[in-house]
Amino acid sequence: MKLFKTLAVSAAVALASTSGVANAGTLEDVKARGELNCVVTTGVPGFAAPDDSGRWAGFDVDFCRATAAAVLGSPDKVKFVPTTGKTRFTVLNSGEGDLLYRNTTITMSRDADLKLTFLGVNYYDGQGFMVPKALGVTSAKQLDGASVCIQTGTTTELNLADYFRANNMKYEPVTIETNEEGQTNYLAGRCDVYTTDASGLAATRSTFEHPNAHIILPEIISKEPLGPAVRQGDDQWADVTRWVLNALISAEEVGLTQANVKQHAAKAGSNPDINRIVGTEGDFGAMIGLDKQWAVRAISAVGNYGEIFERNIGVNTSLGLARGLNAQWTNGGILYSPPIR
Amino acid sequence: MTTADTSSKQSLFYRLFFDKELRSVTIQVITMAIMIAFTFFLVHNVTTNLETIGKGYSFDFLWDASNYDINQHLIPYDSRSPHWRAALVGLINTLLVAVAGIILSTIVGFLLGVLRLSSNWLVNRTVYVYIEYVRNVPVLLHILLVHGIIVNTLPVPKNAMMAFDGTLFLTNRGFYTPKPLFEPAMWAVLIAFVIGIGFTIWFKRYAKKVQDATGKIYPVLLISLGAIIGLPIIVFFLAGMPVTLDYPVLSGFNFKGGLVLRPEFVALWIALSLYTAAFIAEIVRAGIQAISHGQTEAAFALGLKPGRTMQLIIIPQALRVIIPPLSSQYLNITKNSSLAIAIGYMDIVATIGGISLNQTGREMECMTIVLGIYLMFSLMISAFMNWYNKRMRLVER
Repeated sequence: MKLFKTLAVSAAVALASTSGVANAGTLEDVKARGELNCVVTTGVPGFAAPDDSGRWAGFDVDFCRATAAAVLGSPDKVKFVPTTGKTRFTVLNSGEGDLLYRNTTITMSRDADLKLTFLGVNYYDGQGFMVPKALGVTSAKQLDGASVCIQTGTTTELNLADYFRANNMKYEPVTIETNEEGQTNYLAGRCDVYTTDASGLAATRSTFEHPNAHIILPEIISKEPLGPAVRQGDDQWADVTRWVLNALISAEEVGLTQANVKQHAAKAGSNPDINRIVGTEGDFGAMIGLDKQWAVRAISAVGNYGEIFERNIGVNTSLGLARGLNAQWTNGGILYSPPIR
Repeated sequence: MTTADTSSKQSLFYRLFFDKELRSVTIQVITMAIMIAFTFFLVHNVTTNLETIGKGYSFDFLWDASNYDINQHLIPYDSRSPHWRAALVGLINTLLVAVAGIILSTIVGFLLGVLRLSSNWLVNRTVYVYIEYVRNVPVLLHILLVHGIIVNTLPVPKNAMMAFDGTLFLTNRGFYTPKPLFEPAMWAVLIAFVIGIGFTIWFKRYAKKVQDATGKIYPVLLISLGAIIGLPIIVFFLAGMPVTLDYPVLSGFNFKGGLVLRPEFVALWIALSLYTAAFIAEIVRAGIQAISHGQTEAAFALGLKPGRTMQLIIIPQALRVIIPPLSSQYLNITKNSSLAIAIGYMDIVATIGGISLNQTGREMECMTIVLGIYLMFSLMISAFMNWYNKRMRLVER
């Protein structure tokens, strides 16, 4: 059996990565390298895309930068590894990337079968539909017989098939590899509908010549909790990255911002929650192999969760996304970080 | 062997450098050993790494429900079908575009190749410019261009262009034609077709025998066509036209019913065919030019007409030059069809190597399957072309 396996794998050997899988000590590896390899998309405006000057910017990118700031001391010590939906897990699992922030839906099979460790949710999303206003459609229930453009490489195909099946409707799937080609097809009228996560639809629509000629239908047909992931089996690295995310969310909850975090860190204040985050009380950084200032560096690099959100994808950006589910639990959302104590 | 005698007295070290035979054997053995070690290292690396992260190598997932839909499926398929069936749908789609592409590119390629040799200056220059343009632009761009033209210039179904009195609708979602639905009496037509083929085979042998014995030449091609096409047509009308047509009708967003050629298929087919045809044209031109003009003159001197000269003297010889490079063009068209995913044609790479891979995360297994299938296709085409080449080669008596 072993021999058979060896033979069978040899057929696919050309595709194999030759780099060894680092199963432990990612934190040491990253520190030794002096650079964090962060796996992102090949370009979704607002979430992760190079800006005019070629510098990566976006919602997911900022979390990568915060992690680099906490671990390496600078938000610029990041190498961004652009991946397609197809290659992202392979890149992470082969050791080419240390951390994945790529609009990735947390699912049981990915967590268990693909050997990933998800760190938490940084954006609560759901799959939606976009149609031209001129079509006169107001609900996804009216889409029987429509042609639907799908960008492949996500859980999108599955949700779509399930939704149309459950509602006893027919459709013609037009499955396309890249977002750009998907847009071209949708705008040319090859499809009536474009479907992907609602945040992605907003991002795509923001790049259209006439964004107002298209509407996103009210139905959200799936739960898509998007979150970062690391390789399974390195608990220390998972802890580091998980608590950087939690620190950014907690920071918003307690009112720590990019502007005031240094001030709070200078002297212990009266709020113990703030003191623990900025390291003036206890030594939480040491528990994850970092120093006391870890969270201060992360927050002063990119700001708290709310600041990251508003700067990249919030209502005042071209994406114009409202906080919705992604508001703090104290503000009617479901964003809820475990406490740092 | 004087060299062996003298060198046997030398030290082994000396011989390694100056004994040509020993040197080359040593180098080959070392190279081989390195190759084997390297392959073993790669395989070992992959297996251990997969084991370390606890991912086995198993094809069990092929029997799970695929959970996605495919627009063009020539066999029954829906989102409840297993992954292997999705792979099969993709395989058939790949085969369809490859075979259709091979046929169209061969026809267009031969035509262009002959026109390229035309003595009409305008014709051969035009073809020359066309060939050079097509050959020097990457095939992916051709595919995107053709697809872009179809999708952007043709109307949406609501404003479909109608041709031939409602029997053909052109839209940017596909070309719709009525679908023939066969009634039981259609069997008679099929039987007539088989009889036609049988008759043709017999008649060809008979005609050759008569020609060998008496020199009389029958119009074999005409009579064969009559038997294969004419006979079924006569039976078709005698049986009272046992076909009903299912017309495509616009309903809601799209046309329903009828046969549809989707823009993805058409774009891929046309682009691959035109691209490959340019290469085939050059191969055909080279093949024909490789035959010395003396052959034609000799045939004329024997009193053969120009048509028979081409058919009996030039083409059989030219084919011997044409077939080997033609085989590699056929392989190329098959392999290039894997670019289909760029425009959303659901071939083998897009189904099992794309969506299935992504949903199950079994990249090693899926890629092994895709790899194996392309290898199988290529070897099959090679085997066929080798057989054909053997049939066509010079028979030495």
